Amino acid sequence: MIQDMWNALLHQPNTQWVVLSTMLLGIASGVLGSFALLKKQSLIGDAVAHAALPGICIAYLLIGEKQLLVLLLGATATGLLATYLIQLITTTTRIKKDAAICLILSVFFGSGIVLLSRITQQAGGNKSGLDHFIFGQAAAMTREDVYTMAGAAGGLILIAFLLFKEWKLLIFDPDFAKNSGLPVGLLETLFSTLLVITVVIGIQAVGVILMAALLIIPAISARYWTDRLGWMVVIAGAIGACSGIVGALISTISTGLATGPLIVVTAAGCFIVSFIVGPKRGLIQKLMAHRVSAERLKEESL
Amino acid sequence: MEALNVKDLQVAYDRKAVLDQVELSIPQGSLTAIVGPNGAGKSTLIKAILGMLKRSSGHISILGKPYNPKNRNVGYVPQRGSVDWDFPTNALDVILMGRYGHIGWFKRPSKGDIALAKEALHKLGMADYADRQIRQLSGGQQQRIFLARALVQDAEVYFMDEPFVGVDAKTEKAIIDLLRELKHKGKTVIVVHHDLQTVLEYFDHTLLLNRTVIANGPTEQVFTKDLLQKTYGGTLAFFSPTGDKRVMS
Repeated sequence: MIQDMWNALLHQPNTQWVVLSTMLLGIASGVLGSFALLKKQSLIGDAVAHAALPGICIAYLLIGEKQLLVLLLGATATGLLATYLIQLITTTTRIKKDAAICLILSVFFGSGIVLLSRITQQAGGNKSGLDHFIFGQAAAMTREDVYTMAGAAGGLILIAFLLFKEWKLLIFDPDFAKNSGLPVGLLETLFSTLLVITVVIGIQAVGVILMAALLIIPAISARYWTDRLGWMVVIAGAIGACSGIVGALISTISTGLATGPLIVVTAAGCFIVSFIVGPKRGLIQKLMAHRVSAERLKEESL
Repeated sequence: MEALNVKDLQVAYDRKAVLDQVELSIPQGSLTAIVGPNGAGKSTLIKAILGMLKRSSGHISILGKPYNPKNRNVGYVPQRGSVDWDFPTNALDVILMGRYGHIGWFKRPSKGDIALAKEALHKLGMADYADRQIRQLSGGQQQRIFLARALVQDAEVYFMDEPFVGVDAKTEKAIIDLLRELKHKGKTVIVVHHDLQTVLEYFDHTLLLNRTVIANGPTEQVFTKDLLQKTYGGTLAFFSPTGDKRVMS
């Protein structure tokens, strides 16, 4: 199988493009996901991903064909609407944030599934390939799809690099950021928008159900390797990239395996390794620290 | 010259006024304590002045000009509990955040910024802790990091929200030495303070607050039995600085 993967990677230009774009997607979600995790917005990412589905379906119904950029615009619109509604519900009612997220996520996803069933029942609708958006199918991406995704992911990585310092302060201490003269509201809106874009460009390859996992798993894995935000972002990007590459490769050489679950399973493997051997509060490190302090206690009591 | 002037400030949560008709002025170069019972709105006052909370009404001026964070003449020390200390960063990096307002967009801290941050660490007796992950610092050390961060903001007027709460004796001494040094340099420091025992010793100006200003003036004129009773209401156990315990009721 590894042989097949190498062959595909070395000799099939189409595969090379798909792998390159899922790699860039992995980096972008690792980087943005690290900020989202620290900002305690992991669940928002999940809600946005699920809320993208109705947007995709409405966009398809409006134009009657599958044009990725238009579908992604639709996904962005409903994704942003979902974040806005969650915000609105938590600030104007007594409903707590977790309940608001759960409500919006399921209502939007439910409507998406209703619309999707309608589309697939229409004549020619089952050829639309929209059902790929649920679990992701990187191999189904056209060359233009790949360019769109790679370009957007590259842009996201660049912006995160430029605004690294401002976002760090904004997330660690928003009041102090305000006092330092940073435009806190603008930076917040920009971050939410970029998070939505990250999710949206990922749904074709990873799918709406699992996209949040690609945001969060690399970030929580990276936290086990470092106590510095800069390194966390780099490591999360690397884990995201590996997951993207491996997931896309396996899914392209095998027939019919969805990409999203493969990417997430790979990322989960990285998480388990990090959780066990990571030098910052990994399992082994914790056990050793425990043993050292127990021995010290023993010596002192003698 | 006034360091701070507040006119007709009102702050409301859920349509209930937490602060009402607040009018006050704080002289430049003073060490000012904001004193009052729990729920009096002390932290709210600071946050409303600095625009971190929405004001229903009010006009704020700092050193004679309307408050604008972009002037970078105001330093801020938030309550220690207001941030997540598990955040992946170290002591030096947190102090450098005090320079972000000066550094400008997209740029990284310069050698000069790093030198300033190290000097501030040293000044607060934390020179050996620069690389320490902030979770591994004690409460007092975390508080000193916040003080150092405000110090490198190089401001004229400082607002500090309960910097003395839950700190060890060494930290308390480090903080009060720093406050006195700032005053000596002509800076103004406004501190939300809990410990009535130390008000007379530490602060030359005092603001008594309970939903509105009860009294505001030189500490020896304001820190009186009558006014304190008016601020706290009911029973107040008051320890005089000389140590004899009086109970007022």
